[in-house]
Amino acid sequence: MTHPSPKKLGAPKAVAPKPALRRFHQARWDEPVIFELSSPGQRGVLPPEPEAAIVQAAGDAFDNLPASLKRKAAPALPEMSQVHVLRHYLRLSQENLGVDLNIDVGQGTCTMKYSPKVNDQLARSHQLSELHPLQPLPTVQGILEVMCRLEDMLKEISGMDRVTLQPGAGSAAIFANIAMIRAFHESRGEGRKRSEVITSSFSHPSNAAAAKVAGYKIITLPPDADGYPDIEALKAAVSDRTAALLITNPEDTGIFNPRIVEFVDLVHRAGGLCSYDQANANGLLGITRARDAGFDVCHFNLHKTFSTPHGCGGPASGACCVTRELAPFLPTPTVEFDGTSYYLDFNRPQSIGKVRSWYGVTGNVLRAYAWIMSLGADGLREVAEIAVLNNNYLLSKVLEIRGASAPYAKGKRRIEQVRYSWEGLTNETGVHSEEIGFRAADFGTHYWTSHHPFVVPEPMTLEPTESYSRQDLDEYIAILKHIANEAYTNPEIVHTAPHNSTVHKIDQESFDDPDAWAVTWRAYQRKLKKDR
Amino acid sequence: MSQKKIVYPYIPNSVPAIKEAMLKAVNATSVEEFYADIPDAIRLKRKMKLPAPLLSEAALVRHVEGLLSKNRSTRETLSFLGAGCAQHHIPAVCDEVNSRSEFLTAYAGEPYEDHGRFQALFEYESLMAELLNMDVVNAPVYDGFQATGTALRMAGRITGRNVALLPATVMPDKLSMVRGYIKPDMTVELVPFDPATGLMDLDALRKQISARTAAVFIENPSYLGFLETQAEEIGRIARENGAIFVVGVDPISLGVINPPAEYGGDIVCGDIQSLGIHMNYGGGHAGFIASRDEEKFVMEFPSRLFGVATTCVEGEYGFGDVAYERTSFAVREEGKEWVGTAAALWGITAGVYLALMGPQGMVEIGQGIMQRVRYAIKKLNQVTGVKTHFLTTPHFKEFVVNFDKTGKTVGQVNQALHEKGIFGGKDLSADFPSLGQSALYCVTEVHTQSDIDRLVNAIQEAAR
Repeated sequence: MTHPSPKKLGAPKAVAPKPALRRFHQARWDEPVIFELSSPGQRGVLPPEPEAAIVQAAGDAFDNLPASLKRKAAPALPEMSQVHVLRHYLRLSQENLGVDLNIDVGQGTCTMKYSPKVNDQLARSHQLSELHPLQPLPTVQGILEVMCRLEDMLKEISGMDRVTLQPGAGSAAIFANIAMIRAFHESRGEGRKRSEVITSSFSHPSNAAAAKVAGYKIITLPPDADGYPDIEALKAAVSDRTAALLITNPEDTGIFNPRIVEFVDLVHRAGGLCSYDQANANGLLGITRARDAGFDVCHFNLHKTFSTPHGCGGPASGACCVTRELAPFLPTPTVEFDGTSYYLDFNRPQSIGKVRSWYGVTGNVLRAYAWIMSLGADGLREVAEIAVLNNNYLLSKVLEIRGASAPYAKGKRRIEQVRYSWEGLTNETGVHSEEIGFRAADFGTHYWTSHHPFVVPEPMTLEPTESYSRQDLDEYIAILKHIANEAYTNPEIVHTAPHNSTVHKIDQESFDDPDAWAVTWRAYQRKLKKDR
Repeated sequence: MSQKKIVYPYIPNSVPAIKEAMLKAVNATSVEEFYADIPDAIRLKRKMKLPAPLLSEAALVRHVEGLLSKNRSTRETLSFLGAGCAQHHIPAVCDEVNSRSEFLTAYAGEPYEDHGRFQALFEYESLMAELLNMDVVNAPVYDGFQATGTALRMAGRITGRNVALLPATVMPDKLSMVRGYIKPDMTVELVPFDPATGLMDLDALRKQISARTAAVFIENPSYLGFLETQAEEIGRIARENGAIFVVGVDPISLGVINPPAEYGGDIVCGDIQSLGIHMNYGGGHAGFIASRDEEKFVMEFPSRLFGVATTCVEGEYGFGDVAYERTSFAVREEGKEWVGTAAALWGITAGVYLALMGPQGMVEIGQGIMQRVRYAIKKLNQVTGVKTHFLTTPHFKEFVVNFDKTGKTVGQVNQALHEKGIFGGKDLSADFPSLGQSALYCVTEVHTQSDIDRLVNAIQEAAR
């Protein structure tokens, strides 16, 4: 093969400056559903074959299995070679944005911070990943020490006396807390009488939902004119039926409730307990603590404040912190140290028992421990301060955008996040917050509205944490500003978004129609055939 | 001496000049202004008492690896521990996929920027559905315990009844979690088992079942490892009495064992740790719940259900939430139980595992485990004084070994095994006193003939 002789081009041509906004396009592999990739006979991995002696000795290992328990035909799984399985999933991964790839400030309340790679690497060690939970204690001293040390750190961070790392996530920790509160009241003969739980409309829905599962009637405090949970409503709600107040501070509005001690005192005076959902703790590390405001129990999400990766929605990890009075009710077992070695204490007669299998999501326990160790007290304080600085920086910039506002507490500073409103923009342009989110995907970012119900109209919740640089925040603001401008000048482009995504507008109707919805491929095939 | 200002690698704006500039940009003189709403009385006025930080990555790695080195893993010790958490081979591709930043560090994204996770989770549901022969499978919940608790609550809501009948062979930890989870709306009653076979006492079941029974729950395989061969009959009894038949399974058994849908199971649940997820000292669990595609079942799931749909472009798949209005995300305490972050990445991982294994792989692994278990049971029963319980009942991957006639306690046997570099089975003597000095052993595809022979020899010596 001959090569053309290179042309003389002279001096290199300067690359024009990058445009203000990224010309992003999401990966679009147009990837089939995995069953469509099946090629009969192909294998992805081969299980180890038992040795001949085993096969011989075992004979027909199924001879005492009744016909009803024998599988008739192999499961209709796809047949794929290994590289094709890998390629399929890598393509799907490319059609996904994690924190590592995008400026993930748009997932407010989720504390989307950087999860250090070194901690993932440590958690993958076989000295953790290949431990069985029933190994003899002398062979698991390392992980028990990590658990104990992390518990000690969370005690100091919350001001509480005891900690459990057993719950599988934040909502599970909320449930564990309310279960301990229930057990506390039962132990005093007040289990039946105390039948109500009070929460607030800007607290995470799981506070209301988990307390309902625990058998409680839910009373929800609306926000007052300033966005605080209404203290008059609390006064009206509190009684000798009150089991607990389950509340967040700052709530999802990002406004710190300065009367929180009054809230706690009101409930305590009526004999109720107070549980602090610390999902939003990031901006308060080393600043103020649950115990300082008088709370009896609180919980942290290790996958939020303490940096463990969110894994597309878990595995997460929840930590419940309690006062001495509530400690007897903690889930079983607790991790203890006798001065020489670590052990698990199963002899806890007042315990609520198990809330999850074994002892907790240990991979995340290790990561959270390593994260705190890498920062120390000063570092955690820096985390809080920068997170709050970033949040207020973002707030000041969002408020400069036409059509955006931050309801409540005008002129006040916010803590960890802000629930904004596009009500002005919607009224003037007909573009809804959800559509702004679809359009934001065109620029390689994620955007979230709010939990339901939308107390704030046309909501947007941003939480910039400490992990983003000023340039990151400026880029995110530029995207929002650009979309708002489009809403005013060319709303159609927002209405029809996304344009640069993996997929186009998804038909939503089938998702709520029992005759059409398809949660699995086999259901889809069946319904499709019926249709034809 | 002035203290050197630390710039933290994880905190880009910790550079003092940037911090100053940003403060200026928001007209603040110090970060203290942001905390003005926090009453002085509840401010922490001292530095938190935490260990001194290990600022360099090198120092951190050295410290944490030092702690981990105090553990001794099942890679270094031959282990026969199970009890619902088992050592299986993890295909490299499983770890490769779940280590990808795009999956590992994403969260609750929407279908337009996180199409990948929606498709991967829809595929997980679909692959599980083929294993289970059921049309509806949820996105993962925390673990098998949670899946059981929710399956029973679903049965309670569907029937409007409040008692769940569970086999007395259920794992005490699971029982504890389930009891705490379904109270005060429902209660658990245990159905005794036949001491010779381990199987559910059907006469007792017929006596216990009533118009209050919401669910009859069995496990196949049971916690004690045997297969409940009367499952079909138990399902019939449940149905005749208007109760929902809930069956817990170990999904890795389903290449060879019939899925419960084929013998009357209404709701099927379990744990997916066996499908490509490391044990992680018990931290590697995730749960699933499956049902028929009937509205009365679907509308009782608390979890997210990712469905497939068309888009405005022909030949393109889109994904989204099916029947979202049933969830607590949509309607708070009016939703079904609650939904939140659980264990999605393990769902994706289990999907990868099933795709790698394929139909043939699942058949072979199930067969191979059952053959190894048969071999181990046979060999152990040849040891003087040692016998396995429920010998006539088929087993999947766990089984109960009894040491009564050796005059040794399980504790003594396990101590002797440990000294030979073997983790013996879980001691059942406290939880199931009727089984005497017994231990629950687990054998999987990771065990070779020589591993099993080594165990048998070690037990022989220990029992002497």
